Amino acid sequence: MPETTSTIIAFVCNWCSYAGADQAGGLRLDYPVNIKLVRVMCSGRVDPQFVMDSFRKGADGVMILGCHPGDCHYRNGNIKAMKRSILLEQMLPTFGIDPKRFRLDWVAAGEAERFKEVVTEMSETIKNIGPLHLKGFVESEVA
Amino acid sequence: MAKPKIAFYWCASCGGCEEAIVDLAEQILPVVEAVDIVFWPCAMDFKTRDIEQMANGSIAVAFINGAVRTSEQEHMAKLMRQKSGLVVAFGSCAGLGGIPALANLTSRKKIFEASYHDCPSVFNPDGVEPKTEVVVDGHKLTLPTFYETVYKLDDVITVDYYLPGCPPTTDIIVNAINAILEGKLPPKGAVLSPDKSLCSSCKLNDTKPDQVCIGPIKRIIDIIADPEKCFLTQGLICMGPATRDGCGALCIQGNMPCTGCFGPTDSCRDQGGKMISSLGGILEGEDRDSLQKATKGLVDPSGTFYRYSMSASLLGSARKEGE
Repeated sequence: MPETTSTIIAFVCNWCSYAGADQAGGLRLDYPVNIKLVRVMCSGRVDPQFVMDSFRKGADGVMILGCHPGDCHYRNGNIKAMKRSILLEQMLPTFGIDPKRFRLDWVAAGEAERFKEVVTEMSETIKNIGPLHLKGFVESEVA
Repeated sequence: MAKPKIAFYWCASCGGCEEAIVDLAEQILPVVEAVDIVFWPCAMDFKTRDIEQMANGSIAVAFINGAVRTSEQEHMAKLMRQKSGLVVAFGSCAGLGGIPALANLTSRKKIFEASYHDCPSVFNPDGVEPKTEVVVDGHKLTLPTFYETVYKLDDVITVDYYLPGCPPTTDIIVNAINAILEGKLPPKGAVLSPDKSLCSSCKLNDTKPDQVCIGPIKRIIDIIADPEKCFLTQGLICMGPATRDGCGALCIQGNMPCTGCFGPTDSCRDQGGKMISSLGGILEGEDRDSLQKATKGLVDPSGTFYRYSMSASLLGSARKEGE
């Protein structure tokens, strides 16, 4: 299966990770094309429902990228994101979803190289796990 | 003028919703005066063919409780829809899947294995399993299909109104029936209960400090809960923040945390996701290790967060392709 068929949604915070991704672009660093960025003001703004909805709408992997702990523009938004992620990671396997399909990580504004590394790693992980097919809701089963 | 006709039907449910109607006690008398009950398999002797012979749309309101698990339930739901002007999803199961929908965390195969083979009290030397069709002495016998997934009612038919609760409380049933009889219904698709979270009317809300911070998550069996203190601050998972108001905080009055039977509010799509969001804001701990320890007491996250809303979960069922 060609690798471009998998889709990874990455929620990136405006102040660090988006800037890091932007810098990666400015430096012409290569990173996988299947990473789709969604810019949010803070990783703490990412409701777990956004992550679930991404999976529901066809994402094979979802990332939340925020500022390093201690660097949050809003003091502790990234810590809130971490708390939610831990609960979400515990819940995903009960729905038959490999928790590796979800990843929370930190990328600072100047870390273009790190942005590239993190998203490349995620892309490789998803390539190894394969595509995700959610089931058990009406669109696909009841006429 | 002829009295409006109403019907009750049950799909995959426990019978508690039928009990809730009986629990209206003397309040049911003016209702019975005002309407004709034309179908109620639990309590009265009518046959499916009685309904089949009625004109389309001739039943004013059908109250359907229970989730949709078998082909028979889907067929009956569609029949009731065809014959009724309004369909009300009565209770958590019809609205969001309810307790039966927790079966979506496993699969039909595993359910059959447990029920017909593995359970210690099962004696089944021939390994018989129910089949949709079997021929006995030249006669064909049929059973409904048992679906892979438990659906909520609006997955199979259009639902006009929702009455939440496990079961819906007397107050919201009476209010709904009065609203129907007086023609004072909100726009279609509405949940007939206040659109705010349970915390807003909880008497323990005042005991909540400005900054709620919960330590290790506990279960109700782990501690003796203080009835005068917000359950979340005691480390117990209370679904109040992610649950619709309208029940009068009955469980909390009984010193039990909310389990979320009224489902989410209109602004929220996924009750479990919202509860994670809410808990995430208040869990104690600043690093992965301490947070992992703090959440160790949460033994069944999906069963806790989606106890009544599994059919409405964004992530679908646990069954994935290939199973």
